[in-house]
Amino acid sequence: MAKRVEAVEVTAYYGSFRAIDSITMTIEPKSVTALIGPSGCGKSTFLRSINRMHEVTPGAKVQGKLMIDAEDIYDPRVDVTAVRRAIGMVFQRPNPFPTMSIYDNVVAGLRLNGVRKKSTLDDAAESSLRAAHLWDEVSDRLKRPGGGLSGGQQQRLCIARAIAVEPQVLLMDEPCSALDPISTLAIEDLISELKDRYTVVIVTHNMQQAARVSDRTAFFSIESTGDPGRLVEYDDTATIFQNPTEKRTEDYITGRFG
Amino acid sequence: MSTLSHNGSVDLGSLRGRRLPKAVPPLLGVAALAVSAAGILGTGAGGWVLTVVVAALLFGIGTFGVALAVEGSRKARDRLATIAVYGAFILALIPLGSVVATLLAKGTGRIDAEFFYHSMNNITALDSGGGAYHAIIGTLEQVGIAAVLAIPLGLAAAVYIVEYGRGRLTAAIRFFVDVMTGIPSIVAGLFVLAFWVLIVTPVFNDGRPGYSGFAAALALTVLMLPTIVRSAEEMLRLVPQALREGSYALGVPKWKTIVRVVLPTAAPGIVTGVMLAIARAAGETAPVLLVAGGTPAINFNPFSGNQESLSYFVYEQAGAASQYSPGRAWTAALTLIAIVAILTIAAKLLARRSTIGR
Repeated sequence: MAKRVEAVEVTAYYGSFRAIDSITMTIEPKSVTALIGPSGCGKSTFLRSINRMHEVTPGAKVQGKLMIDAEDIYDPRVDVTAVRRAIGMVFQRPNPFPTMSIYDNVVAGLRLNGVRKKSTLDDAAESSLRAAHLWDEVSDRLKRPGGGLSGGQQQRLCIARAIAVEPQVLLMDEPCSALDPISTLAIEDLISELKDRYTVVIVTHNMQQAARVSDRTAFFSIESTGDPGRLVEYDDTATIFQNPTEKRTEDYITGRFG
Repeated sequence: MSTLSHNGSVDLGSLRGRRLPKAVPPLLGVAALAVSAAGILGTGAGGWVLTVVVAALLFGIGTFGVALAVEGSRKARDRLATIAVYGAFILALIPLGSVVATLLAKGTGRIDAEFFYHSMNNITALDSGGGAYHAIIGTLEQVGIAAVLAIPLGLAAAVYIVEYGRGRLTAAIRFFVDVMTGIPSIVAGLFVLAFWVLIVTPVFNDGRPGYSGFAAALALTVLMLPTIVRSAEEMLRLVPQALREGSYALGVPKWKTIVRVVLPTAAPGIVTGVMLAIARAAGETAPVLLVAGGTPAINFNPFSGNQESLSYFVYEQAGAASQYSPGRAWTAALTLIAIVAILTIAAKLLARRSTIGR
């Protein structure tokens, strides 16, 4: 199920502004890869180009190759909805669909892609909510609106919604930045479990979080405002945090910069 | 030492300040009314309207003066502003209350079985009976057809503008929708008269112009469209981009995202806009006058022959030379308002049902 993500000289633009420049990196399956770096360094842009979400913004475009198990998702013959079905995403702010119940939110991806069978939907809802550690809290109120949950519960609901379609890669764009420490801990535990089944890529501003949850860490940075973001260093998380090769990485993780 | 204790301790008195006792503003109000009544009603200088206006002015000035003396100028200005805002609110409600009260007072006279089950066929100026059955049918059919035409068109246009439109075409559509908002209903009626009734229908009608309820519905569609497009557009813009992205991230195609996520989220607001458009259409007289022609008889078929509508019925009866017609006009006006109110309430309930309660 989990697949390898290979970026080859990926460059992304917003209009004429180049947000990231020639990123080349390989993300291993069944692992957690953290993207860290200062604001505006392009880590979210890179993440969003992995499931072709970057191009949703008007005027945005991507150059280069992005291979999912040797298949380039930017090939013109590729169906963008199929890409997004295979590569799930969790956003910075929880975004449950306000008109849907908890149950409907979880199975939204299946139902809107044509799955009608009640037993399939029920099974997917339960297993996804269990995987997202939300089942015990909401099993008695599945028909209530998703917006009525707490922020941390909503984010876990969004994770359940993302994994209900059984993606091969799961992208997380600062999934804990709007949450309190207890909810953050719950999500981090969840991420550690998810890597048994998925390739997880997480953008985070929290360096302890990157150190706690990830196997590999990529450090992105920019020279100065207006420059495109570049990949500075990419290595095992332990190496990045204890013995980085680049001076700039060391400055960033020790707090001397950014 | 002295400066330290001066800065270190907080003087609670300066934070609390002096406040008017709660009973003072109502007492001032009663006093203002009493003075005003004595001065105006007592001397016969004016009626009760002038009394209330003068009392309100006296109350404002009096409260400002007392508050200025007791609480200081900031509080006094605050109280004056509060009185002004409440005053404006009450002023704005007076026309609404007045219309409803007048309709209820004068419109209930003809609420009887004959009014709702009979037309004006063979009713002369000397007959007391007659009813608006034909007009009610006409209004429901014409507004219903107009809604069936205008709602899908308007929603589709709004979806295009917000979700797909880029560049000049979208700007042009928005501009012309704005222009359409300002079209007087008589012009919409003339357009349908010139185009549909006098040019298109004669082709299928042995060269004779075809006045009909459907022609009126076409004119009402022209009037409803801009209201629906603009209100739906505003509501669609309010749907957070995060919801669309959340749906895209699940591999849901764009059209399905719009139909299943964006439109339901915007539904309550869109319903409000649609109901405003329907209410406006139901109240229009000029297009019906021009292209449906009006008739005293019952005509169920909106596609053939003259048809009446409630607003046109009110217009006719209000000007008819019969002692019984004003009563019919008032009751028809009340019926029209009731129909619009019932439709609005029903639509709001439906919209609330379609989303899920909190």
